[in-house]
Amino acid sequence: MRTLLIVISFFLIQSSFSQDTLLLHMLDDSMSMQKTKTYVTGTFKGVYIINTQSVEAPAKNALIFLIMHRFGKVNDGAYNLFGLDNATMRIGFDYGITNNLSVGVGRSTFEKTFDGHIKYKLLKQTDGSNQMPVTVDLFGGIYYTSLKYSDKPYFNSRYRTSYDASLLIARKISTALSLQITPTLLHYNLVPTTADKNNVFVISTGGRFKLTKRMSVNAEYDYVLPGQVNSYTTYNSLSAGIDIETGGHVFQLHLTNSQGMVEPLFLGKTTGSWTKGNIYFGFNVSRAFNLKH
Amino acid sequence: MKKICFLLVLLFVFKASNGQFYTTKNGFTGFYSKTPFEDIIAENNQVYAVMDIAKKTLAFSMLMKGFIFKKELMQEHFNENYAESDKYPKATFTGTFNEVVDVAKDQNITLHISGIITLHGVSKPLNTTAILQIQNDLLNGNCSFALIPGDFNITIPSLVKEKIAKEINVQVKISLHQ
Repeated sequence: MRTLLIVISFFLIQSSFSQDTLLLHMLDDSMSMQKTKTYVTGTFKGVYIINTQSVEAPAKNALIFLIMHRFGKVNDGAYNLFGLDNATMRIGFDYGITNNLSVGVGRSTFEKTFDGHIKYKLLKQTDGSNQMPVTVDLFGGIYYTSLKYSDKPYFNSRYRTSYDASLLIARKISTALSLQITPTLLHYNLVPTTADKNNVFVISTGGRFKLTKRMSVNAEYDYVLPGQVNSYTTYNSLSAGIDIETGGHVFQLHLTNSQGMVEPLFLGKTTGSWTKGNIYFGFNVSRAFNLKH
Repeated sequence: MKKICFLLVLLFVFKASNGQFYTTKNGFTGFYSKTPFEDIIAENNQVYAVMDIAKKTLAFSMLMKGFIFKKELMQEHFNENYAESDKYPKATFTGTFNEVVDVAKDQNITLHISGIITLHGVSKPLNTTAILQIQNDLLNGNCSFALIPGDFNITIPSLVKEKIAKEINVQVKISLHQ
C-alpha cells in the first residue's frame, strides 16, 4: 500500500514537469540502470610524477619521447651558475604495445646507465560509484651501468646490473588532486660492502594538485626503510615541481635532491641533502607521437 | 521485489499516460573538426534517445566519456581540458517537432526540430532539421548541425587554436524502436 502511495505521488510529481524533462528523466533512469562503466582518465599528466613512474602509460601505438635533465647542485655557487654549468641527462622512449602494456628504454649520462622497463596496468579506477577505487600498475625495470673503471677491470655485466619491481597504486581523488603510493623492491647485484643489503625496500609517495586545467604542482617523497644502506650516507629523495601540459608536450620543472633519474640511483643512492643545499634543478620534457592511426 | 513492483507500476503508468515511445540505447553521435593541421574525429555509439510521436517530443542523453577518439591522448585532453567530463558527465538535448509521424506507413519525413542542447553545463537553443525514415516499425533518424565551442564556455588555448575548427560539425544517427 505504501509503495503504491509512493508511486502515485512520484507520478504526480513527474507529471508536473514539462514533457521534455520527463523524457530526459526516462533516459537518465535507463542510463543509470545500465550502469555504464567509465574509467578515470588523466590521473597524472605525465608518465613520471617527477622521478618515480606514475600510473600513466602511452596508449596503444603511442610513442613518448622523453628528455630529462638534472643540472648541478644549486649550492655549487655563482661560478658554476648555481649548477647550470653541469648537467646529467636521460633520453628515453616509452611505447604502448596495448592500452595496458607498455615498454620503455633509456640511457642516462650519469654513470652511462642503460635502462629498460615494462609497465602493466592491472586495475583501472572507475568513475562515480567507486567500483574500483584505485588504478594499479605493475612495473619492472632492469638497469645496466656501462661506465668504465680503470681500477676495477673485473667489473662484469653481472656486477653492473640492478633490477627493481614496484606496484604503482594511485587514486584520482578529485579533478585536481591525485595521489600515488609506490612500494618498490630494488635489487643490486653489487653493493659496496657486506653491511649493505642487496635487496632494498622503498616506499614512495607522490601526488599532484592541479592549479589550472593545464598546470599542476607535483611532489614526491621516497622513503628508504632504515637499516638497508649502511656503509655510506644516503638521504630519502624529496622532489617538488610543476607540470605544464601543452597539447602533445608535457613540461615538468622541479627541484630535487637526487641527481640520478633511474630507480637504483634516485631511490637507493641519493647523496644530496636538502638541508645542506644539495638541490638539483631539473626538467622532464615529453612529447607524444602516434605511430599508427 | 518491492523495487521491481515499483518499476513495473511506474512503467505501466508511463505507458498508459503517454503511449507512443520509441527508444534506443545505442544511437550514434559523432563530431568532426577539420583544419589544415589536424582532423579530429570523435564518435559515441552509446547515445540514449527517446521519441514520443504522440506528443511530438524527443530527448537525447549521452556520456561525454563515451566519445572515442582515434588518439588516446586527444581523448584524455578532451575529457580533462575541454569537456571537463568529471564535472559535466552528460550532454543532453530535449526538443519538439511539428510534423505528424505516422508509423503505419513506410516513408521519409523531414522533421523541424527545436529544443535545448545542454553541454559543458551550458544550455543553448538549437533548431535543426532531421530526416526520419520509417521502415517496418523502426524510426531511423539522421541529422547534422554545427556547434561553436565558445558558445558552451569551452575555451581553446591560443596554442592549439589552429588545430581545432571554429565550428564543429555534429552528426547524429539513431534507430528507434518501440
